[in-house]
Amino acid sequence: MMSFISYFINGLSLGSVYAIIALGYTMVYGIAKMLNFAHGDVIMIGGYMVFTVVSTMGLGPVAGVLLAVILCTVLGVVIEGVAYRPLRMASPLAVLITAIGVSYLLQNIALLVFGSNPKSFTSVVTIPALKLANGKLTISGETIVTIISCVVIMICLTTFIKKTKAGQAMLAVSEDKGAAQLMGINVDGTIALTFAIGSALAAVAGALLCSAYPTLTPYTGSMPGIKAFVAAVFGGIGSIPGALIGGLLLGIIENLSKAYISSQLSDAIVFGVLIVVLLVKPTGILGKKISEKV
Amino acid sequence: MEKSNKTNFHLSKTLKSNLITYGIVIAAFLIVQLLINAGQVSSLMKGLLVPLCIYTILAVSLNLTVGILGELSLGHAAFMCVGAFSSSLFSISMLEAIPNSGFRFFLAILIGAAAAAVAGIIIGIPVLRLRGDYLAIVTLAFGEIIKNVVNVIFIGKDSNGLHFSMKNAMALNMEKDGKMILNGAQGITGTPKDSTFFIGVLLILVTLFIVLNLIHSRSGRAIMSVRDNRIAAESIGINITKYKLMAFTISASLAGVAGVLYSHNLSSLTATQKNFGYNQSIMILVFVVLGGIGNIRGSIIAAITLTLLPELLRGLNTYRMLIYALILIFMMIFNWSPKLIDLRKRFFHKNKAEREKV
Repeated sequence: MMSFISYFINGLSLGSVYAIIALGYTMVYGIAKMLNFAHGDVIMIGGYMVFTVVSTMGLGPVAGVLLAVILCTVLGVVIEGVAYRPLRMASPLAVLITAIGVSYLLQNIALLVFGSNPKSFTSVVTIPALKLANGKLTISGETIVTIISCVVIMICLTTFIKKTKAGQAMLAVSEDKGAAQLMGINVDGTIALTFAIGSALAAVAGALLCSAYPTLTPYTGSMPGIKAFVAAVFGGIGSIPGALIGGLLLGIIENLSKAYISSQLSDAIVFGVLIVVLLVKPTGILGKKISEKV
Repeated sequence: MEKSNKTNFHLSKTLKSNLITYGIVIAAFLIVQLLINAGQVSSLMKGLLVPLCIYTILAVSLNLTVGILGELSLGHAAFMCVGAFSSSLFSISMLEAIPNSGFRFFLAILIGAAAAAVAGIIIGIPVLRLRGDYLAIVTLAFGEIIKNVVNVIFIGKDSNGLHFSMKNAMALNMEKDGKMILNGAQGITGTPKDSTFFIGVLLILVTLFIVLNLIHSRSGRAIMSVRDNRIAAESIGINITKYKLMAFTISASLAGVAGVLYSHNLSSLTATQKNFGYNQSIMILVFVVLGGIGNIRGSIIAAITLTLLPELLRGLNTYRMLIYALILIFMMIFNWSPKLIDLRKRFFHKNKAEREKV
């Protein structure tokens, strides 16, 4: 029983990371109607930034995370402005392939700068592990911090979208770009802001992910990126609570299947669940049904 | 639409275009053969000849899904994986039963194509119900599933026949004389090296023949009508599921053929992220996109250029993927950005009519 709880909590922690990453996917999809394939690699860049600041420059973990957030925010806005903005009106396929190109570009830049040897990441979490039930159940500091940051980010983001003008502008743009522009909303600016928020979240996710799994390579971001994307699709892409639910479910399914079924097949199981969900509900758990106009 | 009363002229034009495509392949083959006979080809380049054929077939077959059917598939490498493993299993278990390597390889190709086609149907039925981005992500998911599952299958052969397990090699309970055929993540070793450049080129020609004839057939036009306007196609009575599945399955089975070539070109075959993962699928997609979506000849040229380029620029090898990525982004923006399209139209007024026709 204790081992089940421990797997479950680890799954919850992994799921929280997925949820934070999935938020970036889902917000960008909701507003720009594009799959930002490069999001996973922004996570990796965030991880390397924290690594450089903490291990090479010797600054504290807080400074590392802050600098990573700043770098990734700038990176996200630059990517959007240079690669995606010229293709705003183009076919979704063209944008998707451009995003794949950006993802390759980021991976190879990291490969050139940091080399292919894995770097061992020092955890940014300094909280000691929590021992419960007479030491039978240990919850690591990383797990606690990850789950708490996920909750905090969720609350902040929901409040931001509901209460602020910029948040309302985001909703309006995702609803109808043309009408939003007529109402005097700066559509390009709103989209850039979305990318900025998504990328800042990716940096946080990168720091948390690398703290829990402390090897860092240029490809670190791609698998969690794909899985978080699966989580976003799973919960219904474009929906913020959907990203949370999708991410948590995915993390729990992955960890439990790793523990009880087969560690090699856990990825296959995760993707299998996605396929089943999409076949039953083609727009994901919380996705809106889109009616088609002829 | 105005072309319909000029059918004869148009037909000969497509025929001419097809013949040029075949001609390019045959000419390239003859030139390479001449160079080999003259001793001008290094062993490094000789090793690249079969991979060139493999990538060409993959690019042409993916173009059928992406360009002609208009659906983005990110799991093309998985069909290659199915073809590679099924044909390798066949070749190894039939090593003694069919000593003639040519005939055995012919059967292996058929088996690889059939297995990949079956995988294409099984995956296509659920996947093709989805649309656009969802379809892309589900093909990606299927690709990863296939790659993962192949890594946990164990097959062995002894005097009692074939043994199968999904746990480990011990669970097969084989006799002492038993031989592992498929050893989980260690893959298959000992596949006969039957792939040659000649067979590869032959298979490219077969692939081209199938794809080009499909495009210019009644079914091909139905497939393209589904791509251009699904609802309009449905309303004039075209069975959308049938044609989508047809294109997807043919594309999958041709990828399976490429897989057969791949597995019979290597002595040991493993399913890794690099050769059958989504990275490979994306690589094939890059060929298709750079060659021009829907342009078969372009796919061939792009596949050959992009496979040869890094080898010719050995010194730049570290920057290879960086250059790839930049070319990809640049090409997409150049080709698809509405502003640049306007700009190009203004500069190339002569071709405007032609451009719009495309």
